[in-house]
Amino acid sequence: MATLDDVASPKAKRKLTGYWLILPGALWLGAFFVIPFYSLISASLFNPKGSPLTGYNMSWHFHNFVSAIDQYHAEIIRSLVYAGIATLTCLVVGYVLAYAIAFKAGRWQNLMLVMVIAPFFTSFLLRTLSWKLILSDDGKVVSFANWIHLTNVLHWVHLTSTDDRLLATPFAVIAGLTYNFLPFMVLPLYASLEKIDIRLIEASSDLYASPIRGFAKVTFPLSLPGVVAGTLLTFIPAAGDYINATLLGDPNTRMVGNVIQGLFTTQGDFANAGALSVILMVIIVGMVLVYVRTAGTEELV
Amino acid sequence: MAELDRRTLLKGAGGVGFGAISLAALKWGFNAPDRKQDPATCKATDLSDTQKRFVISNWPEYIDEDDGKYVSTLSEFEKETGIKVSYTADVNDNNEFFAKVSNQLGSCSSSKRDMFVLTDWMAARMIQVGWIQKLDASKVPNLHDNIIDSLAAPGWDKKRDYSAPWQSGLTGIAYNKKKVKEVKSFQELLTRSDLKGRVSLLTEMRDTMGFALLAVGADPAKFTDADWQKAIESMRKAKRDGQVRAFTGNDYVQDLSAGNVLAAEAWSGDIANAGDDNLVWIPPEEGVMIWADNMLVPNLATHKSNAEKWINYYYEPEVAAKLAAYNSYICPVKGAQEAMKKVDKDQVDNELIFPTEKTLSISHRFMALDEFQNRTYEKDFSDVTGS
Repeated sequence: MATLDDVASPKAKRKLTGYWLILPGALWLGAFFVIPFYSLISASLFNPKGSPLTGYNMSWHFHNFVSAIDQYHAEIIRSLVYAGIATLTCLVVGYVLAYAIAFKAGRWQNLMLVMVIAPFFTSFLLRTLSWKLILSDDGKVVSFANWIHLTNVLHWVHLTSTDDRLLATPFAVIAGLTYNFLPFMVLPLYASLEKIDIRLIEASSDLYASPIRGFAKVTFPLSLPGVVAGTLLTFIPAAGDYINATLLGDPNTRMVGNVIQGLFTTQGDFANAGALSVILMVIIVGMVLVYVRTAGTEELV
Repeated sequence: MAELDRRTLLKGAGGVGFGAISLAALKWGFNAPDRKQDPATCKATDLSDTQKRFVISNWPEYIDEDDGKYVSTLSEFEKETGIKVSYTADVNDNNEFFAKVSNQLGSCSSSKRDMFVLTDWMAARMIQVGWIQKLDASKVPNLHDNIIDSLAAPGWDKKRDYSAPWQSGLTGIAYNKKKVKEVKSFQELLTRSDLKGRVSLLTEMRDTMGFALLAVGADPAKFTDADWQKAIESMRKAKRDGQVRAFTGNDYVQDLSAGNVLAAEAWSGDIANAGDDNLVWIPPEEGVMIWADNMLVPNLATHKSNAEKWINYYYEPEVAAKLAAYNSYICPVKGAQEAMKKVDKDQVDNELIFPTEKTLSISHRFMALDEFQNRTYEKDFSDVTGS
């Protein structure tokens, strides 16, 4: 019997090792995801007759969702549109950059990678504020944009509200989003481009594929995991962002993040704020599921 | 089969149990409690005698600073009393600051501050829910002797038991005279076409909507819902037309100096402080809004006596004159005008510091709002400001 025990105990230990390894992550997720998640769902069902001073009671008040959509659908749609445009711009700019780093940079590769990451060394807020300087009304960028009639074009496509400035317009907000989230696009794209076996691309040209066809049939499909990961990492935070709209926008560029922040702080309307947050979460999770299904990739990066 | 059934059953029971616990947690686990406190019980022992320290939060650019030979009022206070002051300028907006401390003060835990400075209506709100400690009248004799009559007895703190005005001020209009011709009224800010997209207004609802109400002929101190609707509609229109570039806190001065904004709703002292001769502050034709920012000692402040020394110090006429000369805000202390003769002769007749009866006669206050009026109006307003 004693021998049996001796054999069994290491096995039991090995079984437990897995749980020990999960523990830190599980505690972390429990404290910073599961509990806040329940708290948010609970807040979204608060009785809207409460206030921050008199307290709130959870009363299964599902009508909060209706009233939140009713009042703030414009901001939800605006956020998705701004985040969508920013993500597309990031994808185009980021793909070219990542492609250059992965295949054409040679000995400059590491330097270029560092330059992509370098903006993270200063604060997000500071970088956004400096866009105010760059795009200021009397600045050189605006006068140049005026000279090449970029401002007129932007006004014509309704990305700015007047034809003589860039700051405090949708254009400035989208530009800020694009700038701030570009590294999140470049890095996964680079990671998946860099993994591609260069011989596959050479093979496509040996088989008389034009460079464009080779790119469309070989390079791009192989980089798809990076595209999916990059677009998700850009779109999700961009849709919920409120700093760019606060600093670079005007009262007509309010995004859903600004609404939620205002409801929680200035208006103290936790019920609507909670409901709106849940709606945003559901929309984004829904879109991500559909997107990942359609893109058909199992692995991200 | 029996094995499988039992497993399904167990799984089902587990699922139901998990669901029930989740629902219970949702229902009872996260309710937001009543925030009312009793300042008589929710207080800390005063460590002022052993710890010569004191932590205060105030608005940006609201106090004089050491500069070369000039010794600031704060440094003199430190020298005189031996109390080390941690002064932080982290109040940029009343609502924002309320959100910052409401979790602590609402649950009777420390806000880590011995004093903060908030505008009348927010001070009233905090006193009303019992977050503020009563000042010991015997320790702040200067306050009760020297406070100017117009500020001595506000409706929400009739004897100044809980609060002491730091500075008072007027809200009016500022514009950049190099870039735009004279701006005379609030109405012009909302409608003049050469200002389109170059105007900034304040996120402080009582200031901005006060003007909007005056502009539609209503009295901010006593208005009806119909007046409000008219006023907010004029703001909505200005927003739709892209007339207003931004709603800001204290940070509008930079945009005004940089030329991004040509005209702004502005606090009287800010413009004088900006040190830019092209910026002019004027009282608009509709009238001016008047307000005061009040020093408050929150519950669980551990250096209350030191805070009271601070209040008493700033109610000495000479200290008050020195501060006002720097700030250019309305000085709440009697005798400061007399003391100003010694501090800075040029400022004795400064209308911004010692307003005349005439200016005071066109000044308006915003009426007190109850919690739900406040929310409805704040919502209308934040749909306009986009914040």
